[in-house]
Amino acid sequence: MDVTIITIFVLAIFVGFEIITKVPPTLHTPLMSGSNAVSGIAIIGALLSTVVDGQVGMWFGFIAVIFAMVNVVGGFLVTDRMLKMFKRK
Amino acid sequence: MENYISIAYLISSVCFIYGLKMLSHPKTARNGNMIASIGMLIAILVTVATPTAAGESILNIKMISLAMIIGSIIGAFFAIKVQMTQMPQLVAIFNGFGGGASAFVAASEFLKLENGSISFLVISIILSLLIGTLTFTGSFIAFGKLQGLITTKPVTFLGQQFLNAILALGMLVAVYMIPATDYNLLYIVVIFSALLGILLVIPIGGADMPVVISLLNSYSGIAAAMTGFVLYGAGNESAGSALIICGSLVGASGMILTQIMCKGMNRSLVNVIFGAVGGEVSGGSENEGKQLNIKSYSTEEAAMIFDAAEKIIVVPGYGLAVAQAQHAIREVAEFLEGKGKNVLYAIHPVAGRMPGHMNVLLAEANISYEQLKDLDEINPEFEDCDVALVLGANDVVNPAARSDKGSPIYGMPILNVDKAKTVMVNKRSMNAGFAGIQNELFGYDNTIMIFGDAKDMLNKLLSDLKDL
Repeated sequence: MDVTIITIFVLAIFVGFEIITKVPPTLHTPLMSGSNAVSGIAIIGALLSTVVDGQVGMWFGFIAVIFAMVNVVGGFLVTDRMLKMFKRK
Repeated sequence: MENYISIAYLISSVCFIYGLKMLSHPKTARNGNMIASIGMLIAILVTVATPTAAGESILNIKMISLAMIIGSIIGAFFAIKVQMTQMPQLVAIFNGFGGGASAFVAASEFLKLENGSISFLVISIILSLLIGTLTFTGSFIAFGKLQGLITTKPVTFLGQQFLNAILALGMLVAVYMIPATDYNLLYIVVIFSALLGILLVIPIGGADMPVVISLLNSYSGIAAAMTGFVLYGAGNESAGSALIICGSLVGASGMILTQIMCKGMNRSLVNVIFGAVGGEVSGGSENEGKQLNIKSYSTEEAAMIFDAAEKIIVVPGYGLAVAQAQHAIREVAEFLEGKGKNVLYAIHPVAGRMPGHMNVLLAEANISYEQLKDLDEINPEFEDCDVALVLGANDVVNPAARSDKGSPIYGMPILNVDKAKTVMVNKRSMNAGFAGIQNELFGYDNTIMIFGDAKDMLNKLLSDLKDL
């Protein structure tokens, strides 16, 4: 068991709590769709998992890339669409 | 080479953190989103451009390009087509895709496992599969409910909790046995977590969906973090760290929003998940059956009250969005502001169908974000407010939540509209609200009712105001 990676995990959670608490309620929906796009980071794992000799594993990777990409592209686009609307007089 | 890759992933992680940080103000938020998307681009490019750590063949570019194009088209299609009222469904389904992606990565790594693999990797794969699959099926049920494909009422049956407990227990046993015995037990984990995802969301009523979406949002992040542990265990240390950092950010974000939603309804998370309320009406309220003395006004009479008012607070509920009346209220507000009156909007945390939903719906109608006030900001403002205009909101302005211990919504934080000099309530009819509770506010001395569709009412009100 590697302690370094657990350390990164725990510290990242603290950073997350610290940043997100400062986001005002007005922006909670864009925050959600934006963080959704960020969770599309699974795309890295998806890309790497297409490297398999066995056919099935490769196709799992293929599906994972599609899913993650929906998240990434859709998430960032829709967040931008919403944030564009937030104007002030 | 490995160092450059690690640094590139670090830069992309910093982009995500900084991008999310910039979301803390509407002025910087759009650039923040841009920076986060650049972080994602860096991460993808680095992954595609480098051979894998174990020195295996480089990625099959043709295949991944095809997958990325398919995914981009689907994502862009949804993002461009979706209406702002449908945002909860969109986020729900995106959560599902995120969880699904993590589960498929874990499944692919599972197939690479050889007997005697280190238990760190095996455990990571199990957790990633479990949370990813649960998020995937749960999100699709949530999507179905929000889209109206599945009933929004809580679906409950005899022995439901028992079945959930059996599934969870069976899964735990399988998880415990996998590293020592047979990896094929993982199939059981997948099937059980898929079922559990469905069974945990299906008993949740429409009113509680904001909590569920927030929770699934959090799960999709945790699933990504677990996938990070899988990659780390499989030898991709830098890629794994990137996933862990980003996944944790999203997990924390979803958790905070879940808490805020629960607080907005004065419910505990356990109560939302296992309580299955939102359909049944609990009795015992002292106000039950009490006759309300209701005063119904015309828009003409309302226009005269507005004419004499100086400070007006609009309380929009989801009914406003259903009636597509956001633009109509903006026109009325602009007219009143033109007469030198002060107009603010009071937004309850659970006013929409997801956190911050109402703000987006009002922003879409070109209402300035500076006029949108949250619960804590606006409540002191009602004291010297001349007119509180309640549009399609009900439970969030019910004073019973403050005083009536027998009321199902007792303890829920509400907007104190009853402190305003005049409360104007627009409703279609006298039907009870989402929680099925009668609202004593409608019978108060300072309350007047204007019945009708919100959009029609506001349009009539505007022309009456102009005629004065």
